[in-house]
Amino acid sequence: MVLSDDPITAAYQAYLDKLIEAGLLIPSGVMGVYGRSGTFEHIVERFENYVTRMGAHLQPEVIRFPPVLTRHNYQCTDHLESFPNLMGSIHSFLGGEREFVELVRKKQNGEDWSTDLKATEVMMAPAACYSLYPACSGVLPENGRIVDLTSYVFRHEPSVDPARMQIFRMHEYVRLGTPGQALEHRDYWLDRGEEMLRAAGLDVKRVVANDPFFGRGGKMMAASQREQDLKFELVVPIASEEKPTAIFSSNYHMDHFAHVFGIKTSDGKCAHSACVGFGLERITLALFKTHGFDPATWPADVRQTLAL
Amino acid sequence: MSLETIREILTQHGRLPVDVKTLADDSDLYNAGLTSLATVSLMLALEDAFNIEFPENKLSRKTFESIEAISEAIEELKG
Repeated sequence: MVLSDDPITAAYQAYLDKLIEAGLLIPSGVMGVYGRSGTFEHIVERFENYVTRMGAHLQPEVIRFPPVLTRHNYQCTDHLESFPNLMGSIHSFLGGEREFVELVRKKQNGEDWSTDLKATEVMMAPAACYSLYPACSGVLPENGRIVDLTSYVFRHEPSVDPARMQIFRMHEYVRLGTPGQALEHRDYWLDRGEEMLRAAGLDVKRVVANDPFFGRGGKMMAASQREQDLKFELVVPIASEEKPTAIFSSNYHMDHFAHVFGIKTSDGKCAHSACVGFGLERITLALFKTHGFDPATWPADVRQTLAL
Repeated sequence: MSLETIREILTQHGRLPVDVKTLADDSDLYNAGLTSLATVSLMLALEDAFNIEFPENKLSRKTFESIEAISEAIEELKG
């Protein structure tokens, strides 16, 4: 246990300790990396099922990608320029026997062996939809595409806040099409997401948000993102009342991804895209925080909404 | 404060798709193609050249929107 004078950090630590004591999260020794109990996973699964039910009328294409994307596709995006501190680059040993002996020697002597590794062709996916855009290069069908995605994603931001995990799942609905279609999707899901989370007993608030762009230049990018109303979040208190946590976000990318990956509408114009994401671990944590650690005692209407 | 120095730095770091010589001092640099990322390079180069540091309240598009605006911000920071 780490004791802190900072009240928010202390609140995070206290709540994390409770979750671990209740057996809902299993610590790994690294902040933000946890095992999940069967009870925790049951709620994740039930919530995801709820998301799927509520989106079924849109008849989305269901696609699943592994939680890695190719280094080539990663480099086509500007994630490195925007969030270098959050990336997860996968490295392995590419040497021969002599280098292997040296690698083992370093490990056994407690020296840093990681510098002997080389970058592989893959990166950890920072969002579920990053693998989708390169797969959509070319001309979209006449009405564009609506895609249902879910994946573990990785963001290197170790934190004592149990809601800020380094590896977690997001369930997304992505729209690719005209600017109007992308905006309509964003607005529709913002309303729908708010209704859904309220029906699950979560008192969410809608806020204009920005991504955590790196450095002082990032502050400028964040301000510009907010001025253009490109990102909205639904927030609710989890470990801290003062600093509520985003459990849902909606993002309008304009032609950002479509331009890079050559995605065009059926009339030949550069497509626009929007994605909405439900943070599954964060929503589960918010449900435990709001309704208690035992789902059997949750209010009847919440249990019914989630088909528990 | 030399507008010429700012123009030179803008030429080197602004990565504009147009020739900086064709821009007036009050031309909108974002309309001329200045990206958010290039703004960061531009900011760092200006800080080195003029020995200043842009404080948080100056980190907005407004500060870098024209050669004139940059010059005013630098003058203000130099006091």
